[in-house]
Amino acid sequence: MAARASALSRLALASSKARSAPSFATRRAALIRGYASQPEHSMTVREALNTAMEEEMLRDEKVFILGEEVARYNGAYKVTKGLLDKFGEKRVVDTPITEMGFAGLAVGAALSGLRPICEFMTFNFAMQAIDQIVNSGAKTYYMSGGNVPCPVVFRGPNGAAAGVAAQHSQDYAAWYGSIPGLKVVSPWSAEDCKGLLKAAIRDPNPVVFLENEMLYGVSFPMSAEAMSDNFLLPIGKCKIEREGSDVTIVAHSKMVTHSLEAAEELAKEGIKAEVINLRSIRPLDIDTIKKSVKKTNRLVIVEGGFPAFGVGSEICAQIVESEAFDYLDAPVERVTGADVPTPYATNLEALSFPDTPLIVKVAKRALYRTN
Amino acid sequence: MLRNLRIARVSSQVTRCRRTLASAAPQLPSEAHGHLPTSQSPITPKLHFFNSVMGEGKQIPTYRVLDGVGQPLDGAVLPEACRPFCLTPFRILTIVQIDEALARRMYEYMVQLPIIDNLLYNVQRQGKISFYHGEEATLIGSAAALAPDDEVLGQYREMGVLLWRGFDYDSVMAQCFGNQDDLSSKGKQMPVHFGSRKYHFHPISSPLATQIPQAAGVAYALKRDPAKRGRNCAAVYFGEGAASEGDFHAGMLLASTIPSPTLFIARNNGFAISTPSSEQYHGDGIAARGPGYGIDTIRVDGNDVLAVLSAVREARNRCIQQGRAVLIEAMTYRVGHHSTSDDSFAYRPRQEVEDRKRIDNPIARFRKFLDSKGWWSDKEEEEYKDKVKKEVMRAFKRGESLQRHELKEMFSDVYGGEEPWNIREQREELKSLLRKYGKVWQPWKSELQKYKGEGKEFLS
Repeated sequence: MAARASALSRLALASSKARSAPSFATRRAALIRGYASQPEHSMTVREALNTAMEEEMLRDEKVFILGEEVARYNGAYKVTKGLLDKFGEKRVVDTPITEMGFAGLAVGAALSGLRPICEFMTFNFAMQAIDQIVNSGAKTYYMSGGNVPCPVVFRGPNGAAAGVAAQHSQDYAAWYGSIPGLKVVSPWSAEDCKGLLKAAIRDPNPVVFLENEMLYGVSFPMSAEAMSDNFLLPIGKCKIEREGSDVTIVAHSKMVTHSLEAAEELAKEGIKAEVINLRSIRPLDIDTIKKSVKKTNRLVIVEGGFPAFGVGSEICAQIVESEAFDYLDAPVERVTGADVPTPYATNLEALSFPDTPLIVKVAKRALYRTN
Repeated sequence: MLRNLRIARVSSQVTRCRRTLASAAPQLPSEAHGHLPTSQSPITPKLHFFNSVMGEGKQIPTYRVLDGVGQPLDGAVLPEACRPFCLTPFRILTIVQIDEALARRMYEYMVQLPIIDNLLYNVQRQGKISFYHGEEATLIGSAAALAPDDEVLGQYREMGVLLWRGFDYDSVMAQCFGNQDDLSSKGKQMPVHFGSRKYHFHPISSPLATQIPQAAGVAYALKRDPAKRGRNCAAVYFGEGAASEGDFHAGMLLASTIPSPTLFIARNNGFAISTPSSEQYHGDGIAARGPGYGIDTIRVDGNDVLAVLSAVREARNRCIQQGRAVLIEAMTYRVGHHSTSDDSFAYRPRQEVEDRKRIDNPIARFRKFLDSKGWWSDKEEEEYKDKVKKEVMRAFKRGESLQRHELKEMFSDVYGGEEPWNIREQREELKSLLRKYGKVWQPWKSELQKYKGEGKEFLS
């Protein structure tokens, strides 16, 4: 049962496909329409992250945030806006431009009982600090025989943004997702961001919290529950964003937006797609995916990372290794970023990442439908 | 343009006045040209390059108290006998002799380090036990200067600091063997990677130099804690090889820009494995980097335990009083070993050469000092070494014979809090295999006997 990465097929598709890129506003409207009753509140992802940090800083004196430009400049993406004014310089700390240094400082502070939130301007820059995250953050609790926990959150935008070329467009979900001792979260909506960031800050383990720059400004509806100070989402559980019975589409981060749009498109042709928002990369909630596959008998995994050794590869492997394999009526499909250094040219960059029409196409292929 | 110049000149005059008031230092001629608006850097018409923090190409001096025969150098101030953790703020060093009790204790700890090392090295011979030889003065001198609850982040040669604080031989052996008494790491770490919450000693991490920026974080946490602020520092040890890692520079930068009481102790023994320090840096050692980060710095003779004691005490004071980092470069050199063919006896009296050589042996040098005070004797030395050898051997045998931690510990401590399904699944898998084979298949039966409880938590 070979998994087929879709990078090549999507290039073939590109020539024939009319490219339409709906604005975020249109997508947002479409998403909001998806809810039965219009919730009273809505929040952008940026506001949700900001609120989560503010609430946790109010709740626990030990929580502080550090990183480049987080204080006076309010964060490179304004996620920490207003926190310096509210909590002062001791708890909102601007650092020099040395990821290795401030990630190390964050780990040291966590080993000493504080709860640092370490903001990377993007996770592309965190490669400078990966030794601190992987070798010190993730492993000290185990190697100290449970003596020294390391409750730190490493957060920042992850994955492709727009027009920033190969060195600034990478998705690190698979990198960190492979490390025992780390928890890895990749939220999509404002609700995800608030509930999961609060849970990450309270978690006794190091948590890598992968945000998406393109989603910061997107508004999502918020339930009354999600607006509460005590709203927590469990790390390690995914969420079925849309129920369906014909094909399972698993996605994380921004790809959930495309997958929900694809499900909407598929519905027009009478196809009921089930869309699962992964929320957590590690621990991976494989049980929910298995259950869904047993129901739909078809699995499409969508991600913004590279195809090789990726999140999709792992999910595919776990499915074919499990009893869910017997329920599959079609090969598992992976829809991923192209297996090339991300191009700078706008037209090529657009072709390098999955979008809604591609997901529709691959989902139909999994259903043996022709386009 | 013209107006800007005028402003610059006016402000430089203001500064000049202030400076005259502040100190009587002679006026630099270049001040006549003013200084940069964003700093005190004087403008000079002289095209002048520099490559020395001391000026005129001079090297940073090395602070020493005892000479090769254990006598104080002219003008040297011996450290006080007072314990460092009862120091009052703004204390001024006064000439007080170090007392017998502290001197004897320091000497005993210096003497025991090579004994433990040699024993572990000879018996184990796996190359996994590191060698502490030659750094006894730096380790014990600094350990004695720190408060027992100052946080220590070591590289992997700092067992002496841990022993000084009360970590016993049984604990040392337990960690080296990873037996059921190993509370440092529960057998999940390589030998000599000690750690102890009780003794404020952070777990040793194998990747080089990662402890250096972490120390800035530990010190930041101390500064945030009202019970610790102004009372404790975080002392981080590393070799001159580790100081070549980016982590060193990042750690120094962070401790200086986000000020915290971090005490950087560089052990410069001239070699990182086989790489001589001349290949680690082209400049004036590690100390020259301190002023680059705006950090108070001293270079000290790392083979002179009293110099180390004194320097670390003073460094610790500054660190805590100012809430800022301090850098110490301890030079732990060897000069005697490569000179066996030296025929200098031909033109120098034998005793003089011997004394000269002794300067590089920290234990012998301190022993000379003790001898001159009448605080130690050959008989005591013999008895003490004998006692240590027996004690270490006893602990070694005990450590070797103890069973490992319970088998279930294999799966613990990967995550705190609720256990994720993948760990639970691994445990369940082992459980089912043990139930199938654990009681009937000899290789598994014998393996289980190595664990405390012999796997009962899985079999029952």
